Amino acid sequence: MDQTPIQKRRIVLTFPKETVNQPITYHLVKDYDLMINILRAKVSPEEEGKLVIELSGRARDIKKAITYLKDLGVSIQPLAQDIKWLEDRCTHCTACISICPSGALSVDRKEMFVSFDSEKCILCTLCIPACPFKAIEILL
Amino acid sequence: MPKTIAEINEKIKKGEAVVVTAEEIIDLTEKKGIKKAAREVDVVTTGTFGPMCSSGIYFNFGHSKPRIKAQRVWLNNVPAYAGLAAVDIYLGATELREDDPANTVYPGAFSYGGGHVIEDLVRGKSIRLRVVAYGTDCYPRKELETLINIHDLNEAVLFNPRNVYQNYNVAVNLSNKIIYTYMGILQPKLGNATYCSAGQLSPLLNDPYYKTTGVGTRIFLGGGVGYVVWQGTQHNPCVVRTDKGLPKYPAATLAVLGDLKGMSPKWLRGVSMTGYGVSLAIGIGVPIPILNEEILSYTTVRDEEIYAQVVDYSKDYPEGRAKSLGEVNYGQLRSGKITIAHKEIPTSGLSSYARAREIAQLLKEWIIQGRFLLSEPVQPIPGPESSIKPKLLKEKG
Repeated sequence: MDQTPIQKRRIVLTFPKETVNQPITYHLVKDYDLMINILRAKVSPEEEGKLVIELSGRARDIKKAITYLKDLGVSIQPLAQDIKWLEDRCTHCTACISICPSGALSVDRKEMFVSFDSEKCILCTLCIPACPFKAIEILL
Repeated sequence: MPKTIAEINEKIKKGEAVVVTAEEIIDLTEKKGIKKAAREVDVVTTGTFGPMCSSGIYFNFGHSKPRIKAQRVWLNNVPAYAGLAAVDIYLGATELREDDPANTVYPGAFSYGGGHVIEDLVRGKSIRLRVVAYGTDCYPRKELETLINIHDLNEAVLFNPRNVYQNYNVAVNLSNKIIYTYMGILQPKLGNATYCSAGQLSPLLNDPYYKTTGVGTRIFLGGGVGYVVWQGTQHNPCVVRTDKGLPKYPAATLAVLGDLKGMSPKWLRGVSMTGYGVSLAIGIGVPIPILNEEILSYTTVRDEEIYAQVVDYSKDYPEGRAKSLGEVNYGQLRSGKITIAHKEIPTSGLSSYARAREIAQLLKEWIIQGRFLLSEPVQPIPGPESSIKPKLLKEKG
């Protein structure tokens, strides 16, 4: 039995409109033995599609799957590139803090400054309508 | 020995005034004691930065050739009030864009409105002015469309009928669905709580009986200089207070005014409250002259001593029921968690403590550098002795 440890990777897939009709996630599961958790998706016919997923599987399978995606013309970015905390727009009011479920947005309680840790962000986007100053942007 | 404002101003001019912020005075007084601190310190500076509705600007855009008497006016498609004179305009912070879908797609985003026009104007951006009029013999023109810039305006004045609330409610949601309020997004079943005060840095919580803040007090307003011009609307000084005189409910308010041309976009920011509307976040700092020990002792207030009421914004507030679910203090609120009905719930501020601290620090520097002198109030604002009671609307006819 294969003892290779299971890895997890969160990525943002952007696929051109000609690939939108293909069952890509099916192939990732069936051909590469990956577990797929879809965090967010925007797929509409005749348009570019976006998919935010967490892949779990063996390292070599993840590597092969990524090659398969690239060959199809799908571009791949790590997750954090698609959410932006605009520090110069932030007033550190903390309106987002009690809304953020993952602790990605947090406050230094002494200085009362807000900061954003993209590693902890699950891309739920709840913070976006909660910010009165439009200091958080998602590119999806 | 008591001091006067004139004596303090003399020290400021000589560069000898001792100025500390409303945070710094707490430790300083603990070390030195009230008597010594009152003798040594001349001014304590306060600050607050948050969304403040009942704000707006008036300006005069200059006469065109031929002349026009504005009847309806829009700035970047946000309607403004033209019923003052031919080319005098008032723009309110909460005015929506003419074509804003508001809450037709609930909850509305309210991405641009009066508050944003004010921010853009102060930022030096050009604003599209559209005017329509009915035409008169002396003002024949009926239409006008042009770009205006703050530098082209004759006068541009920030004039806010109600700012600087002395304390405010803590908002929660007891219902089963998410609600969108002027206090932010409230998660169902006490999922979170929001508050809006700078607590121990807040101007009127450092001068709870308005001993030094009155009509004519010079202040930091939007990054420039302004004045207290009256008590604000809904001024309510007769609420229940703690032993130290701190109101436990929303109490006093101030009407303030200042030259918009001297202000900065850092301290005047357009606000979009999802599902509610637009507003303007404003930075205000009020200096407190330490005339005697009593005035000093008020400025030593700590977050833990300031209590606010927790109010349900799903039913009680919209239906006008004055019901409190309990009291919490600003120490608890600012720690990030409060406990209501045996449930620990996360808190969010709408007022920025970090920015409030920055304002108190800036105002302190202005005074130390001799750039900002204190003014003598010409009239006090009504205090608890006034027996003012807020009136509810009686619907008639």
